[in-house]
Amino acid sequence: MFPSELREQEEDQVKEKKEVKTAAAANGKIDKIIDKYQGDASALIQVLLEIQRENRWLPKEALEKVSKKLEVPLNQIQHIATFYKAFSLVPRGRHEVQICLGTACHVRGGPRILDRVEEVLGIQAGQTTTDMEFTLETVNCLGCCALGPVMVVDGKYHGKIVPTEAEEVLKSCK
Amino acid sequence: MPKINSPAELEKLREGILSRRDPNKPCIAVCTGTGCLALGADKVVAALKEEIKKHGLEDKVDIKETGCPGFCERGTVVVIYPEEICYLQVQPDDAEEVISQTILAKKVIKRLLYVDPTTSEQAVRESEIPFYKNQMRLIIGSNIKLDPKSIDDYLALGGYSALAKVLSQMTPEQVLEEVKKSNLRGRGGGGFPAGRKWEECRNAPGEVRYVIVNADEGDPGAFMDRALLEGNPHSVLEGLSIGAYAIGSHEGYIYVRQEYPLAIENVTIAIKQAEEYGFLGENILGSGFDFTVKVHRGAGAFVSGESSALMTALEGRVGEPRPKYIHTAVKGVRDSPSCLNNVETWANVPLIINKGADWFARIGTEGSKGTKIFSLVGKVNNTGLVEVPMGITLRDVIYKVGGGIPGGKKFKAVQTGGPSGGCIPEEQLDMPVDFDELTKAGSMMGSGGMIVMDEDTCMVDLARYFLNFLADESCGKCVPCREGIRQMLKILTNISKGKGREGDIERLEELSQVTKDASLCALGKTAANPVLSTIRYFRDEYEAHIKEKRCPAYVCKELISYYIDPDKCKACMICLRQCPTGAIAGGKSQIHVIDQEKCTKCGTCFEACPPRFGAVKKISGEPVPPPIPEEARMIARESKEK
Repeated sequence: MFPSELREQEEDQVKEKKEVKTAAAANGKIDKIIDKYQGDASALIQVLLEIQRENRWLPKEALEKVSKKLEVPLNQIQHIATFYKAFSLVPRGRHEVQICLGTACHVRGGPRILDRVEEVLGIQAGQTTTDMEFTLETVNCLGCCALGPVMVVDGKYHGKIVPTEAEEVLKSCK
Repeated sequence: MPKINSPAELEKLREGILSRRDPNKPCIAVCTGTGCLALGADKVVAALKEEIKKHGLEDKVDIKETGCPGFCERGTVVVIYPEEICYLQVQPDDAEEVISQTILAKKVIKRLLYVDPTTSEQAVRESEIPFYKNQMRLIIGSNIKLDPKSIDDYLALGGYSALAKVLSQMTPEQVLEEVKKSNLRGRGGGGFPAGRKWEECRNAPGEVRYVIVNADEGDPGAFMDRALLEGNPHSVLEGLSIGAYAIGSHEGYIYVRQEYPLAIENVTIAIKQAEEYGFLGENILGSGFDFTVKVHRGAGAFVSGESSALMTALEGRVGEPRPKYIHTAVKGVRDSPSCLNNVETWANVPLIINKGADWFARIGTEGSKGTKIFSLVGKVNNTGLVEVPMGITLRDVIYKVGGGIPGGKKFKAVQTGGPSGGCIPEEQLDMPVDFDELTKAGSMMGSGGMIVMDEDTCMVDLARYFLNFLADESCGKCVPCREGIRQMLKILTNISKGKGREGDIERLEELSQVTKDASLCALGKTAANPVLSTIRYFRDEYEAHIKEKRCPAYVCKELISYYIDPDKCKACMICLRQCPTGAIAGGKSQIHVIDQEKCTKCGTCFEACPPRFGAVKKISGEPVPPPIPEEARMIARESKEK
């Protein structure tokens, strides 16, 4: 990641102080998730996955808590949280949009769906709209290659999609 | 559920399940795999249930939500038993007719049947459809017959009999010998003989041993492991338990990527059910053998599917590979001997035990035995999962099973083996599919992705696509992989942008060799395959990009332009309205012209133009003709003037 992008992300984080507060409120849930794995350090990735699912991103407070409870150094957690694609260290939009760019989707026009969606949302893959409505991501195969190109919005799969349909799906979310 | 304490009790339980089931009772099986769900299978199920209720047939008709039978292209797939009538592309609105016509009046609904595109003949039963007829569905064939959330369904099909057989009649050594004799090779990529891996793990020093299912199916374009784990999780669990018995392991892991939520759900339910019946846990079937299984979710990293990386991830650390001077079978999870096999490999094990190694070894070629599931996708008529015996030719898979290339286009190449594989051109289509032949052709079996490409696919763009994927997924631990891939990607990106230079092909070849020789794990060692195989078979395309700045497949954006042929344009306004950037000038009865400055080359106009006009053209390697003068743009519409 470029330094400028990092700075942008930090700014986003400041902007979203409100979100951080809600995350703090969800801390009770985080405790529950950690307790479920009985402080087992080898379950670190599983714990982070559940927090990510519950909260949609990993706030610093949550990571500090995990670090204490599982007795894993924070830098190791950071290493994992930045290595895997499933984790986000910045708040994410209300709607999650994933465009599959697996090989089958690629040869069937996945990149063109991405182009159109980027244009409609005004963001690049990996970013969140400023109104915190949409987060756009690309994925490398969702395993429904027979339906390519595929776009997933909030867990719902849209197969054999064309750019104009993709645009309509996004509009219907607003 | 009662705990089953012996093979005899298992047989009694099975008889009980079968006696409660009437084979003549109508049963509607609806595929609810991820593919069909994306096409609305859940709504079809709901509509069918509603209709059944409306007709008061709750006790007379069963409805089964099954796993993926493979024919995803024509989802939602519905099969009606006992007649085995197969309906394709079923919509919720069809439910009323399915119940009133097929279930009550025993009539076949013709419009939902498969129609052969060449002969126009209809096929009523699943087995009559060419897509299925030319397959050998030993592993995936059960998917449509069972509800993955019901262990009783699996038992009704003879499930866990192989486990009972090994626990009561065979020693671990005998199991090992049987698997070795079958010559089962790992289905995950490299094709390492499973029996040898098991033996190495069994003989390695250590107190604790682990067995692991690799369901981190990261290869883009492959989804057979998802379908198996989602559709028939017990077959994988049974295979794993047999392996654990042979190896002497008491703890197993299933590592599933989190992109497969349904697979995680179904396998978790399956483990719970197997524990309740006592097929997992302590003293399994009264044999004294203990075995437990845990599910571990991956968090989205392609490299974590590599065995040593996966094992590090299981320990809760970052899934990066390590040098494998010592195999993971000797030192794996927490430095204990660990045997890792792919989902499909484990699913083959119960079959080998039940039918015997000799039977298994009769299928396939000299070096590759049994069947292999491929995900046949891309530019092919029948996309989906196909299971074929090893040794079948690529041509048979693509044309007989896959039904050829859609839209009358020309076949160009087939890509096998995911990002580590390569492209195989038309001249080699009669090559038998097996581990060694594919490697000889510069590709590999991989986990079984088979992506068909037609004349509209640019091979330079494809190589660039794979390297982009690999550059993204390389963990960065070793320099040859991290930097080698990045430099190759840079050169390929330049070529696809028309900035290629003389000598680029040679430079790519040199970089490929170094990356191949010096990388730490298989990701880097095979990263050059997509580049080398496309250069080997499609060198002319590379040269066209470099020397003529031309993309023969009209894919590379920087090298193409869109142009409206004024002789063909009927000024219908369709493309003009759809153009997202407003780059098309014109109006009613006025020939449309693309402003090349404004055009973002998104291709919308090309697709919007009705095929009977075909006025929008792609141009590459030559200048765009100047727009026709304003005064010549008016079209006289004769029909309207009348």
